[in-house]
Amino acid sequence: MEIVLALAIGILTGSGIWLLLRPRTFQVIVGLALLSYAVNLFIVASGRLGGALAPVIDKAGEVPLDSYADPLPQALVLTAIVISFATTALLLVVLLTARGLSGTDHVDGREHRR
Amino acid sequence: MPAGIGSALVVEGLSAQRHQSRDAAGVSSGSVELRNLDLTSLLPVLLSVPLAGALLSAFLPANARNAEAWLAGGVAMIGLLIVVSFYPQISAGTVVEFSVPWMTQFGLDFSLRMDGFAWMFALLITGIGVLVVIYARYYMSPEDPVPRFFSFLLAFMTSMLGVVLSGNLIQIVFFWELTSLFSFLLIGYWHHNAAAREGARTSLLVTGGGGLCLLGGVLILGHIVGSYELSAVLAAGDQIRAHPYYLAALILVLMGVFTKSAQFPFHFWLPHAMAAPTPVSSYLHSATMVKAGVFLLARLWPALAGTEAWFWLVTMTGLCTLLIGAWIAIFQQDVKGLLAYSTISHLGLITLLLGLNSPMAAVAGVFHIMNHATFKASLFMGAGIIDHESGTRDIRLLRGMRHLMPVTALLVMVASAAMAGVPLLNGFLSKEMFFAETVHMTEAFNAPVWLPLAATVGGAFSVAYSLRFVHGVFFGTPATDLPRQPHEPPRWMRFPIEFLVLVCLLVGILPALTVGPLLDVAAHGVLGEATPEFSLAVWHGFNRALLMSVIALIGGVALYMLLRNYLDSGIDGPPLTRSLQGKRFFDQFLVLLSWRVARPLSEWLGTRYLQSQLRAALIFTVVLVLMVLAGRAPALQPVGDFDYRFALLWLVGGIGAVACAWQAKYHRLAALALLGVAGLCTCLTFVWLAAPDLALTQLLVEIVTTVLILLGLRWLPKRIASPDERATWRDRLRRGRDLLLALASGGAMALIAWVMMTTAAPEAISSFFLKNAYSQGGGTNVVNVILVDFRGFDTFGEITVLGIVALTVYALLRRFRPAPESREQPRLQRLQAAEERECGLPSGIMHDANMTIASVTTGLLFPIIGAVALYLFLRGHNLPGGGFVAGLTLSIAFVLQYMTHGARWVEAQMRVNATLWITAGLFTALLTGMGAWLLGYPFLTSHTRYVAVPLLGDIPLATALFFDLGVFLAVVGTTLLILIALAHQSLRARHSTED
Repeated sequence: MEIVLALAIGILTGSGIWLLLRPRTFQVIVGLALLSYAVNLFIVASGRLGGALAPVIDKAGEVPLDSYADPLPQALVLTAIVISFATTALLLVVLLTARGLSGTDHVDGREHRR
Repeated sequence: MPAGIGSALVVEGLSAQRHQSRDAAGVSSGSVELRNLDLTSLLPVLLSVPLAGALLSAFLPANARNAEAWLAGGVAMIGLLIVVSFYPQISAGTVVEFSVPWMTQFGLDFSLRMDGFAWMFALLITGIGVLVVIYARYYMSPEDPVPRFFSFLLAFMTSMLGVVLSGNLIQIVFFWELTSLFSFLLIGYWHHNAAAREGARTSLLVTGGGGLCLLGGVLILGHIVGSYELSAVLAAGDQIRAHPYYLAALILVLMGVFTKSAQFPFHFWLPHAMAAPTPVSSYLHSATMVKAGVFLLARLWPALAGTEAWFWLVTMTGLCTLLIGAWIAIFQQDVKGLLAYSTISHLGLITLLLGLNSPMAAVAGVFHIMNHATFKASLFMGAGIIDHESGTRDIRLLRGMRHLMPVTALLVMVASAAMAGVPLLNGFLSKEMFFAETVHMTEAFNAPVWLPLAATVGGAFSVAYSLRFVHGVFFGTPATDLPRQPHEPPRWMRFPIEFLVLVCLLVGILPALTVGPLLDVAAHGVLGEATPEFSLAVWHGFNRALLMSVIALIGGVALYMLLRNYLDSGIDGPPLTRSLQGKRFFDQFLVLLSWRVARPLSEWLGTRYLQSQLRAALIFTVVLVLMVLAGRAPALQPVGDFDYRFALLWLVGGIGAVACAWQAKYHRLAALALLGVAGLCTCLTFVWLAAPDLALTQLLVEIVTTVLILLGLRWLPKRIASPDERATWRDRLRRGRDLLLALASGGAMALIAWVMMTTAAPEAISSFFLKNAYSQGGGTNVVNVILVDFRGFDTFGEITVLGIVALTVYALLRRFRPAPESREQPRLQRLQAAEERECGLPSGIMHDANMTIASVTTGLLFPIIGAVALYLFLRGHNLPGGGFVAGLTLSIAFVLQYMTHGARWVEAQMRVNATLWITAGLFTALLTGMGAWLLGYPFLTSHTRYVAVPLLGDIPLATALFFDLGVFLAVVGTTLLILIALAHQSLRARHSTED
């Protein structure tokens, strides 16, 4: 279980980083999306993993607390998901504007041969 | 700074209490005590009045020359009156202190301290301030933006008063730097003038650099003494001088002093500062700011003086400056240049006196500070009048001005005589004290024999340049080729000079009666108990000092006669050494530093390429992670069992991620779909990890993100792999390197994740939320309770960010210019339009026909999705759901209508004002939070109550619900604003093609 999740996080990170290092802006956007999956999973995994129950508590209080999943990283990640939508949108619009202005979709705003 | 104000009140309160207790004790001198205590609180007033004046005058209208002058003059006058009112107390030897605790744990309090020396300086600053303001009223032309001028001038006055009145070394440095800053602003006042900008920059660099050295020196002093309080430092002179760091502290402090007081070899900034308006030159660059250096030298005299190092460093610097400054001054063709070099020379004289390690010499130094301020300020004002009336300051052009402005000529001649050290004027007295001291030092303390000789030579030089100034400008036949026809200036423009020249005369003729008590007070401030007895008299009998004065006078006249031919030739600068200009060396040094060294360094160490920067950051991070992980062997304990279904899920997800990375360059749509695969696997993993809220949110965000990127792809020209494009070996190398880096990063991340998950998690704050979510937050969905209650403030920040991002996107798209390649209509639309034209069908009907089924379906779905959103919202507090999820759901309902019906149809049916949604959301959240204030609780404190509603049962009616409503509205608004703004681009594009 842990090893699979760890590998999943690793693969998402690796693919994201590869795209992040590419010269084209669209690749960078997709890379950031992949990276945000990895980071969100990582944050959720940083909580206590033992609990099998969703953190919706029983009013009577008969269920021991450590059988719930950790709610704190979940709260953090929930807003992170929504915010990452907003930042993706911002980046996309910046990208489109830059493409229109500079005539290239290179991350440096101009083509160059090195 | 509420804490500071509070403490000030405490101090005030304490002193008032003390005074009451004394009164109660019936002390006979109670009334005197009362006055003294009241005066102490005047000390901060003295500092804040010019500050308030500076702020006020900045906002007066640009042409309010008279109002500005009245305000500035009034402020300076109030300052002067406050200073004068301190005299009884100061002359009695009291040190007035005022202190407000600030950062006491760091030894930093805001403390003001006025002793005799500080009092004398405050008198000069405010007194000459009044005169300069009167002068400036007439000097500044109506076209000049005077509010800026007077505002800076008053702000400078504040900072200068701060320097002399601070009771704390760090505070002195702070005000010290402020004076540099306002000097910079005032030199550059006429910023359309290149020389002014250049001069301002040079002075800021030199004095600012010196200020940094001073800060270093002061920190060492504070370290040695254990306190930054001036009183403590002054009392610890022996401890400082015996300390191994003494020399370092001394050199650093002297760097600050010498740069500020324009001592050789840092003197070059002062002549270039003459590009400032003349009132500034008169006030800052002769009477006050340049004196800040020698002020500090005298101030720290008890703490630092008395060693060999002090003697040699200070005396030699002073002597060099005295001689070089005076020598160069003789050869200046610009009147203000001459006065600037003369100022340098006189500052050198004061420095020399303070360096002699003799209390008597220090008294002479303090005396010369006062004398120089009076005669040099009046000379600068005189030079300003000549410039103002005739249009030039060039000695080569000016002749015979005494015929054209006789009164001014007389005044300037008297002041020049004071500068030259002619008897019966104040300059003579301090210069003779100086001569006497050099002789005395040579006889009594084995000082070098050439010291008196050099002093005499310096005296002769000053006679020569004074003579040149007076003779060159005022004598000879009147010039006829001047830019303007000169005449006497307005009555009140001349008044400040008249006043100062009168002071020169009074002090020069009746020293013991006029300046004697003041000098005694000031000298006591510097030297305390060690103040020697001195007698101020015009006539001390025939002694060696008088002989030296006579030699200097005769020698100066003779030198001027000798040099007349050279001076008449019109060459600017002294013979032989004309090319040795400090400014030129300084500029070369700057070029070396900022261009020849910095550019190759930045080229070598930095890069403009984004990818290289990212690579460097990644390599650094990966290495760091591996280093940290290598150092420890964690106790690993797998928790869950291996589940093949989960492994299968991530087999798919992993393939999706890698394939997405593979395809993102040429097949964007495929990459987007593959990204969705990875996203859905993430979503399912959230289900697996018992995080239903996250799974819901992820799923919905996945949908809106896909729509978003699809909308964006329309404007991103296609990238088509060209068949003849072959990867070079350099490309391959780069890709190989990036692949390695990506693998290393992925591996490192996997490693950390694995170590983290298999290490026993420490007991953290999570159980707190689980325990208290229901009892305090009134909800069973702990994640939602955290978001809207426990960490409501964070969420409030988050929805604010959302709103800002949406508005930014909207603003960016308002002036959006798409890439030229993607301006035309998409291929399908073009084909359909052609077909419609051919068959005579109405435009757009084929598109509508294609979408009929979808649009009917989504139209039916709209209320259903809306109901689901409402359901998700209402149950959010107790079951998975909430504002974020509901908001995303509702916005998807809207977006579906846009997609299937088209923007025009949707907006013909209903007006979606997304910014209004955002505003409403933020205000709902804010008002809910502020509601807690009404009940006396902190912002965002929530209240929970269950209300029984027929049919529905108990409904939680927490204030958190209203907060969540704000979140909901803001999320809907954000998502819609972004998506609609992007979708509208195709409408705009169609407009532009139709036009």
